[in-house]
Amino acid sequence: MCGIAGLIHRGKSSNVGEELQNMLQALKHRGPDSTGYALYANNDGKNFILRFKVGENVGEGSTSVNEDESVYDERKKLVDKKLSELGATIMKEEKLTPYSYRYEIQYGKDLMWFSEAIESIESVEILSIGKSLELIKDLGDATAVSERYGLNKVQGTHGIGHARMATESGVDIKSAHPFWGYPFADVSVVHNGQLTNYWNNRRVLENKGMRFMSECDSELIAVFLAEKMRNGATLEEGMRESLTGLDGVFTYFVATKDSLGMAKDTMAAKPLVLYESDDLVAMGSEEIAIRSILPQEIDTYDPFDGEVKVWQI
Amino acid sequence: MANLKTAEKKTKAQSMGMHTEVLTGKTQQKFFNPDEAENFFYWGTHNVDFNKRTELDVKDLDCKQANEKIDILMSEGYGTIVIKNPQGKHSLGVGILNKLNLIFEGSLGYFGVGSIDGPIVTVKGRVGWSCAENMMAGKVVIEKNAGSCFGAAIRGGDLICKGSVGARTGIDQKGGSIIIGGDAGAFTGFMMQRGRIVILGDVGINLGDSMYDGTIYVGGKIGSFGSDAVEAPMTKNDIDWLTRKLKVAEIGNNVDLSKMTKVVAGKKLWNYDALEPTEKKGAI
Repeated sequence: MCGIAGLIHRGKSSNVGEELQNMLQALKHRGPDSTGYALYANNDGKNFILRFKVGENVGEGSTSVNEDESVYDERKKLVDKKLSELGATIMKEEKLTPYSYRYEIQYGKDLMWFSEAIESIESVEILSIGKSLELIKDLGDATAVSERYGLNKVQGTHGIGHARMATESGVDIKSAHPFWGYPFADVSVVHNGQLTNYWNNRRVLENKGMRFMSECDSELIAVFLAEKMRNGATLEEGMRESLTGLDGVFTYFVATKDSLGMAKDTMAAKPLVLYESDDLVAMGSEEIAIRSILPQEIDTYDPFDGEVKVWQI
Repeated sequence: MANLKTAEKKTKAQSMGMHTEVLTGKTQQKFFNPDEAENFFYWGTHNVDFNKRTELDVKDLDCKQANEKIDILMSEGYGTIVIKNPQGKHSLGVGILNKLNLIFEGSLGYFGVGSIDGPIVTVKGRVGWSCAENMMAGKVVIEKNAGSCFGAAIRGGDLICKGSVGARTGIDQKGGSIIIGGDAGAFTGFMMQRGRIVILGDVGINLGDSMYDGTIYVGGKIGSFGSDAVEAPMTKNDIDWLTRKLKVAEIGNNVDLSKMTKVVAGKKLWNYDALEPTEKKGAI
């Protein structure tokens, strides 16, 4: 049982950081181990936002191995060196925690090659690359993570988030959601459910050159969709293929720089409540998530089995 | 017979005769002797007056606090309780075992009004998963949509949703009626054992999958039949029953009932089908 939430403002921006924080905090009982945000912020679009981690949060019930913070600094230096070798220019850098960074970079070549090079450094994982995507995930509830990373003032158009109860893999950042749709800029995924053909799909996708960072079954969705899009499918086409390509029970959200989508498995085994109006779509595992930002009486509904929907900003 | 109000817990069932099994070829339990009604005490019930009305704002209460407040109000004799600002909270209005006019001015979360036995409930909003689960008797009317597992394992009463409902509506239903004004999702009537489900709109795949007994009526399109579910001819009795029930539900005025599809169990369940109707009631 995990909690997922998402919202998209159509035709305007809002404080999506605070809104998603409220929605995810309302779902804390569904997943107390870690919380993740994929916020599509009002950045200027000139530079890539590179968010990466050089280690794990080893506190707060983490299952990760304890490491000395000095190794984080060494890895960060290796990342800087690799960026220079790749021809990327660091325009701005922020150290958010001892183990995670946010860079603004200028880079104009292939992102897959770029990502492979950065992640060849031991224990370094790119959380996201994008012009508007700000992907943040860490241990703790929605409020704790938001306060740690200063998210409740992020202005943007849309976002998705996840409150995780660890079942298929450990309590660590690498298994936390959202997952970046490697190697596509600005693509992120959150999932509630269990995928039962994870290893079969993973072997097939790895043979096609796709990369997995964790053993979390949910990561498969991001990789599955990325592989379909790499072969020319639209986001919605990829999502529709996932209804038969993925086995198990799932409700998932996927977001790109200008859209938000949801898909529900053909058994409708995982919950989702949806509110849709002309200027806002909000959805979550439980209605209380939507009520946290829309306390007034509204019309909501459960999407049906096998349903796929995509909204544009 | 001992007075059940004062009897030790371990002797209550024996005092009520619930330990006795009567073998008539099939096993049945003897539940209750009406001659001893004065000794019968239905724990958790209250005598209420429908004309005594009050309002309860649950905006700042959690579900346990709200349910305790409702119980206190019933113990004070309030028979009409209006709940303000439910705001999608879970498990509101559960376990009410007496007559009551309960009105929610807003939407409920999961497990709303579960395990009830008698109240008349109106929800002027939407309900989440598993609304009215294990309902024994009463009437529940949802003005908007409902989530999945609507009316799971209900044993009696009328459960009405004027909008659409999610998947597995009436799963494990053991009696009563579920009436849907809109569409219903996949696996509606899954493992249904008794009772009736009416869907005026369309229904998803695997309708009536693994159903033992009971009847499902569908006004719109059917995604697919589940294993063991088959179509049966509509009879005058079916139309009479639907006419009466839809009038009670206050929906479906313009529906041509003769064109509805009737779905029943097509599988022979050897021991179950050999039971007399009264014995089936005991068996489930």
